[in-house]
Parts: sequence; C-alpha cells; structure tokens
Amino acid sequence: MTLIATTRRVAFSLVAAAAATFATQASAGGHGIDLSGKTVEWVIPFSETGGSAKWANFYAPLLSEALPGSPTVVVKFMPGAGSTKGANWFQQQNYDDGTLIFGSSGSTQFPYLLGDPRVRYEYGDWNVVLASGTGGVAYLPPDLAAQMDGLDASGLRDTDFIYGSQGATRLDLVPLLAWEMLGLNVEPVFGIKGRGDGRLMFERGEANIDYQTSSSFLKGVTPLVEAGTAVPMMSWGALDADGDIVRDPTFPDMPTFKEVCEATDGCETSGEQWDAWKAFFVAGFPAQKMVFLPAGASADAMVTYTAAFEAIKTRADFAEISAGRLGVYPQMTGDEAAGALQSATQVPESAKAFVVGWLKDRYGVSLN
Amino acid sequence: MDILSVALPALSDAAGLILQPVVLGYLVLGVVMGLCIGVFPGLGGIAGLSLLLPFMFGMDPILGLALMIGMVAVVPTSDTFASVLMGIPGSSASQATVLDGFPMAKKGEAARALSAAFASSLFGGLVGASFLTLFILAARPIVLEFRTPELLMITIFGLSMVGILAGRVALKGLVAAGLGMLVGVIGEGAFEGELRMIPRDWIYADSGSLQFGIYQYLGDGLKLVIVGLGIFAIPEIVALLRQDRAISERAVLGGGWASGVRDWFANIWLSVRCSIIGVVVGVIPGLGGSVVDWIAYGHSVQTTKDKSRFGSGEIRGVIGPESSNNAKEGGGLVPTLLFGIPGSGSMAVFIGAIALLGSGNIEVGPSMLKNNLDVTYAIVWLLALANVVGTLICIAASGGIARLTTIPFSLLAPFLFMIISFAAFQSGQNLMDLVALFGIGLLGILMRRFDWSRPAFLIGFVLSTPAENYANQAVQIAQSRFRDSFGEGLEYIFSPIVIVLIVITVISVVVGLRQAKQIMAEGAVESGRKRAPLIFLLAVLAFLGTAFLNAAAIPDYAWRDQVFPYFVAGISILGALVLLVQMMVRPETHALFADREAGNSEGNTHGLWSTLGWFAGLLVLTALLGFILALAIFLFAFIRFRAGKSLGFAAIYAAAGIGFMCLMAGLLNRDFPPGLLQSYVDLPWPLT
Repeated sequence: MTLIATTRRVAFSLVAAAAATFATQASAGGHGIDLSGKTVEWVIPFSETGGSAKWANFYAPLLSEALPGSPTVVVKFMPGAGSTKGANWFQQQNYDDGTLIFGSSGSTQFPYLLGDPRVRYEYGDWNVVLASGTGGVAYLPPDLAAQMDGLDASGLRDTDFIYGSQGATRLDLVPLLAWEMLGLNVEPVFGIKGRGDGRLMFERGEANIDYQTSSSFLKGVTPLVEAGTAVPMMSWGALDADGDIVRDPTFPDMPTFKEVCEATDGCETSGEQWDAWKAFFVAGFPAQKMVFLPAGASADAMVTYTAAFEAIKTRADFAEISAGRLGVYPQMTGDEAAGALQSATQVPESAKAFVVGWLKDRYGVSLN
Repeated sequence: MDILSVALPALSDAAGLILQPVVLGYLVLGVVMGLCIGVFPGLGGIAGLSLLLPFMFGMDPILGLALMIGMVAVVPTSDTFASVLMGIPGSSASQATVLDGFPMAKKGEAARALSAAFASSLFGGLVGASFLTLFILAARPIVLEFRTPELLMITIFGLSMVGILAGRVALKGLVAAGLGMLVGVIGEGAFEGELRMIPRDWIYADSGSLQFGIYQYLGDGLKLVIVGLGIFAIPEIVALLRQDRAISERAVLGGGWASGVRDWFANIWLSVRCSIIGVVVGVIPGLGGSVVDWIAYGHSVQTTKDKSRFGSGEIRGVIGPESSNNAKEGGGLVPTLLFGIPGSGSMAVFIGAIALLGSGNIEVGPSMLKNNLDVTYAIVWLLALANVVGTLICIAASGGIARLTTIPFSLLAPFLFMIISFAAFQSGQNLMDLVALFGIGLLGILMRRFDWSRPAFLIGFVLSTPAENYANQAVQIAQSRFRDSFGEGLEYIFSPIVIVLIVITVISVVVGLRQAKQIMAEGAVESGRKRAPLIFLLAVLAFLGTAFLNAAAIPDYAWRDQVFPYFVAGISILGALVLLVQMMVRPETHALFADREAGNSEGNTHGLWSTLGWFAGLLVLTALLGFILALAIFLFAFIRFRAGKSLGFAAIYAAAGIGFMCLMAGLLNRDFPPGLLQSYVDLPWPLT
C-alpha cells in the first residue's frame, strides 16, 4: 500500500514538474511555431547506409507526429568529406521558418575538435534541440580474455594485437587511446569501411581485439559471446549527472574502462592522458548524435522543437520502440542537451593538444 | 548432410521471402523495364541497373532485388526482338542470334524464330538458376574460410580476366583496366587519408571557392553510378542518336509461334549443351555476355550435320545462342554472390546497388553467404521466376514490344538523357555530378571509338578499392604473424585456397591471352588513320603520368596510400609506352588503330560533336538556370529542332518529361541542382 502510494506520489510530482518546465519554457518563448502543411527537411551529412541514417529514420516519423501541425519530415542525405561537407553547408544556412534541421554525429565533432582544415563550421552558432547518447564495448577472443587477472589487463601486454580500424582520427581514437593507456600493443589495420567489417575481421581470426557501439554489439557480438568465441573486456561506460563515468546502463554487468584502468598497474585515471581520453570519449559517445536548428533560430522555434522531442521521449511506448534501435541511453533535450553539446564540443585545449600530439607521434597523422 | 541442413531451411525461407504479392509485383515491374531496355539496341543490363540505382537507397532489400534481378534476367530475352526483326544485336549477348534470326524474319518466319528463341531463353535461364543453387551449396563451406589473403587473391583473379576482355590488343585492355583503377583511387586514401589526384592545398581553399567545391566532391571518390552511366550508357545513346533512325522500319511478325516451340523441343539437347556452355562462360569473371553467344553459335554449327543453312535462317543458329545467353546470367552471379567479384559490367553495378539496399546491412561476398543465406537463395529464386515471367510477357505482348522498335531513336534519346542525368545527380546532388558524368561520358565515347575495352575499365574501377585495401591489410596482418613466427606468417599467406587461386589465375591468364585474339567483345572495328588513335593514347599517357607523379608526391609516412596508385600507374605507363612504340612501327591497317569513325562504318548521319553539344548544352543551362528549367528548354528544343517535330508536340513532350521528373523527385524526396539564377532569385520547388 505504502509502496504504491509512494510510486503514485513520485509519478504525480514528475508529471507536475514536467508540466511546469514545459509551461515556463512555452511562456518564455511565446507561442511556438505552427508547421501545418510544411515540410521539415532533416539533413544528415552521411550516406543512406550509416548509423546516423538509422537514427534519423527512427526519429523522423515520430517528430512528424509530435510537431504542431504535423508537418511532413523528410530525411535528406548530404554525404561527403567525412560529414564535413554537409556541416559546412549547414553553417551557411540561416534560420528561416523552422523547416530545416541538421543531425550531426561524433564523426562531425571529432574533426571540429582536432582543428581539421576542412572544418568551416562552428558548433557555437547552432542551436541544439536533442542530444542522443550511445556506448561502446571492447571484446577479446576467449584465450586472451583468460589472460586478464580479474580487472587487471597487464597480462595482455605481451600479446601483439591486431585491430581493424576506420582511421585513428575517427571514433576509433577512443578505443586506441584506451588500449594504449592499458599498455597494450595494438596495431590498427586501416582501410575497413565500417565497424561491421572490423567484427568480420575478428570473426575470421585476423583481428584479436575489437570494439562495437552498443546496438551493433547487441546484434553482432552477443551471438559470438553465447557461442563462446568472444568475451567482453570492458565498456566505455556512461556519464552520470555529475559528469562522472559509471557503468553503462545497457551493460550493467560489464566493468568500465575506468575500473579496468584503476586495476591495471601503470594506467592512471587522472592527469593529462586520462583527461584527454575522457574528453574525446564524451564527445564521441554520451553525446554522439545531436539535432540542431540553424544559426539565428527564434526562441519560438526552439521551444517548439524541444517540446516535440520531449513529447516523443514521454510517449508510453518510447522505451519499447527505442530500446532495439537506439539502446538504453539518455535522449537529452533542453538544458540537458545544451550541457551535452558543451561537454562534447568544448574540450580543454590541453586535451586537444595532447591528442593531436599523440596522433602525430604514434600514427604520423598531421591534421594541418 | 551438414550442408543440406543449413541450405534447405534457407531455401524455403527464401521462397517465403519471395512469394508475397508485393515482391512479385516488383519483379514484374523489373521484368517489364528489362524487356524495354533489352529491346533498344545498345542499352543493356548496365544502363538499366544504373538507372535503377537511385531508387535502391534504403529500399527493402527483397523488393530492390526483385526489381534488379527482374531487369537483369530478361534483357537477354527481349534483345532478341532487335536481333531478329532488324538485324541489330539488342545487346552484346545476342550478336550471334542475328546471323540466322534476321534471315528468318526476312523470310516471314519472325514469329517462329522469336518463339524458338524465347523457349530457349526460358530453358537456359532455368538451367542457370539451378546451377547457381547447386554451386552455392557446394562452395559455401569453402568461401566461409576466406580471409584477407584469399579475398585479395580472388580480387586479383577478377582483375586478371581483363586480359580476355581486351580483345585484339591485350595491352589496351591492361591499360584500360589500369586507367579504371586509377580513376577508382581518386580521393582520400583509406589508410592515411592522403588525397590522390586532388591538390592538397584545395582543402585549405575558401569555403565558397571552386577548388574547395571540387575537393568536397571528389574527396570521397567518384561514384559507381556516374562511372557506369558515363562509360556505358552515354556512348551507346550518343552512337544511336548519331545514326538517327528507327530501330526497325517494320514490325511484322508473321505466324508460326507453335512451330518455333516445336523446333526448340526437337533440338532440346542442343539447348541443354548451350545452356551449360552459357553457365560455364558466365562463371568466368569478365568474359560474360560478349562472347558467350559466339561460343554457343560455334558449337551449334559444329554439331549440325547439314551446315549449309547456317547464315540463311537455320533455327539451330537461334536456339544455341539464345539458350546460352540467359544461362550466363545464372553463371555470372556465381563470382558476384560468392566473392563479390563482378562477373560482368552489369554485375559490377549490381554489387554497388546491393550495398545501397536495406541500409547497407547486406554486402555480396562471403559475409552474405554467412549471414544472409536466405537473401542469397532469394536471388536464385527471383532469377528463375523472372525468366518465366519474362518469357510469358514476351510471347503475350510480342506485337506491342515489336512495335517499340519502330520508335525513332531521336524521340527516345532526350528522355534517356533526362533519366541518366537524374540518376547521376542522386549521388552528390549537385551540378558537379553532371560535370563528372559528362567527363566520364566523353572518355567512354572515345574508348568506344578507339576500341579500348570498357568492361575492363569498369572492372578495374570497381576492384580498385578492394584490391588496394586487401593488399595493404594482408601485408600488415602477415607482418604481425611473421613477427610471431615465420611458419605462422607463411601459413597465413599461402593457405591451400590461396595456392589453388594462384594456379587458377595463372592458367586463366595464359589461356585467356591465347584465346583473346578470337574474341571481339564489342564487335569488329575497322582500322583507320594513325593520328586519332595516337592522340588518344597520348592523352591516356598524360593522365597516367599525372597519376604517377601525384602518387610519388605522397609523403613517406603515408606510404600505404601511395603504394597502390604508384604501382598501378607504373605498370600502366609501361603498357602505354609499349603501345606507343607499336603504333610507330605497325602499319595503319593494324588492329591497334581501330577507329569507329573510320569510313563512317556505323552509318552516322550526325557528327559526334554536334550530338554531344546537345548534352553539353543541357549541362551549361543547368549551371545557369537550374536543372528543371534547363531540362524544359533542352527537351523542347531537341524535339523541335533535332527530331524535327511540331511546336505542339515538342511542348507536350517537354511537359510530360518535366512532370515525370517531378514525380520521381517527389517520390524520392530529392531537390534538383540549382544554377546561377537560383542564387539571385528564390523560386518555388521544383525550380529551386
């Protein structure tokens, strides 16, 4: 009885709080915008075949229902130059009537952070209305996994690791730096087209370490784990409200890299290297995909889109329909999204400098 | 037993996938389009598939496959119409059908020839599909063992086939393939991200500048749609347009449908043997459509006692080639599905199209056999079904289809140009797509003119990326294994499968080079004067030289991006230099100087440049006015002035074309490329 009462009270207060937030935002922004009869273009700077396409195609019909006036929402693909082409294009667009939104990803954030000369866009000019997170899991063949002493990875230091990689300047930077911090000798084999190819290389026995983002891990690696040909090593973790790394809610039984690092001699969870890793991890995973309105967007439009994404999140069936396609990760709106944008794009200079130097020393990559 | 336990459920899953009304609907749609494409000479499976490519993005895989397989499977069925009715091969796979089919039509036995051809086509298609089923069953366990060295070796095997494709001058084929590979490496390297064939400064150019625009366009490399359409479709359309005639003057079929089928049944063993020939030739990558009909025709002649009637209407001369050319589609799918190596030009496009289906979860090759066996078998079922449906439609609607051949090509060409342009700018969605299409199209026209193998170019282009990636990866992984122990490294590189593949490659190169002289993949071409072929060779050499110097300039730390273009350009330059020396020594009559413009052998009534000028006009107008306005002017002007139709007819034609384009764009949620005008004035869709 008390339990039910408490639950109800909590539920009521949550609804009340949500309503209050919505009310203040709506009144602060005026009336919101009406999109009846209009077509919202959602530009994705990747091709039709990537993860961003899946993410946008998941949200587009829901967004169409949730926006006032139920506009048609179409996803347009503008691939090129590792997503910088589409982002550069978006930078040149000005706010008009709220029918243009842009979806960026970790691959758009990393060149921005690393000072890539192709980048002609400025995240500070854009207006974020949604930030979607994800996670990642590293895994090993069973014989190598057995060489780990609990969480201590130092037993793996004598092994020559091969890892199928898309490029050291991309999201692969996060696992490569993590493994290096553990003292592992990992040689990336470049030239693969996607993480799926990396997994195939692992399955063929050519690579002996790999990582996958959460949804790909659930789909592609879980069968291998069940068959006994792969063993999860660690997840990258997730961020709690204070910005600390905690266990990934999708993989609560898996240790995080932070735990493994703490247990491994020579790996530090503080200092320059750790700060750099964490900064790029945050940019690449917990705030991987974001939706923006162009520069100069009105407060009305911001309120409208924020409310629409909040309405999607609070759908009764959202947990059910999103779990399979997005994983169990925060879908942030409003101030939370703004905070995520900040942590993903405002990386300390020292962290940037460290990673740029590390890429140059370790892989000979010069971005300038 | 183990094989069967995996395959049988997959086979029935596949049947379940296909036997849905919507899938069958798409199959019929694909078949109808394939029949139309096949009727028009010069347009084969490559052009047809390229036109379908933009619709494949994100389409349900089974629906997309139904559409594509429907189209590919029946092109060799309907190309018979043009071969029989007017003596022009409807596609390269039915050249031999002309020899006896056309004389039969002249004797008023067109229907008999067609029905015998359809019966043979159907039978051949079914043989091809059943062979493919068995082959997948048997080869799957081996293919699943493939690692990077095996994949590299099978890629090299695919490339080695260009020797056979090369035709009379093997070196030209080699250089053509090298050219294709070098066009394929343009853009960012997959290993260190070094730019190839694009100046590095352009990354730093101003945001709105042309240089930065070109970098952004080429950085990811040229797209297969553009290269496929440019190399194959544009040259054929331009060539037909220059001849400027209806494909056929008359479309009288006559009677005798039943007797044609009886003829086929009386020669069923010939049909069986030629189907098997078709399958086997189809399996060999690169050989494909261009030669299979000639081999089958030769076999038909050899096995007939009374040889006197060949060439003047012998029914066996129709049954043989037609049995083989449908069967080869089944054979051609073997390397395509098992290894991801294109068996022919159209299969190269097919591979690219599958990558677009279903958000890229399916990729042909070993991973498809492992993870999508049901899809693999669905393709086989679709192939068999498409042959049946195609034959039925051909017989039922033969009168109507035959009448298609009486449409003057000048009415068809603007429509085809419109579709091709639309298909092309789906890849980057800007004007640069049309510029690239025009450039590659020009290259295609010249390659066709001077008899440089275009299939070799396309296969080189398609295999360029896998060859480079597999080579670099195999070397890197092998180095790591050698560091472990010498034996482990050797075991990794020289696995039994690799050794077998090396042996097969060497044998095929030797045999291929020996046979190549008898094979004229694109028909005989007259030789002309020395000057034009020499200038083209020098232009090719200039491109190769640029590619070589460009690769040489890549800094040392990025050597993984350098090795492949450096090596390919080096070999190609050597080949081109030998050709150059030969050109200086040999007389003008040598096959080296093949030139389709020589002596107006194709009966052209229009010049090349004026015909190309129309397309260039569309390009320039698009740059100024945006695509839709430019297209309206182009369609109207072409029909009015080039085709010589009335003002009213031209207006209706243009309106219909624009309406069709807007419908397509609406369905696909696409905008059209804007021009200069749009940067000054805001116009409503579709003019934006």
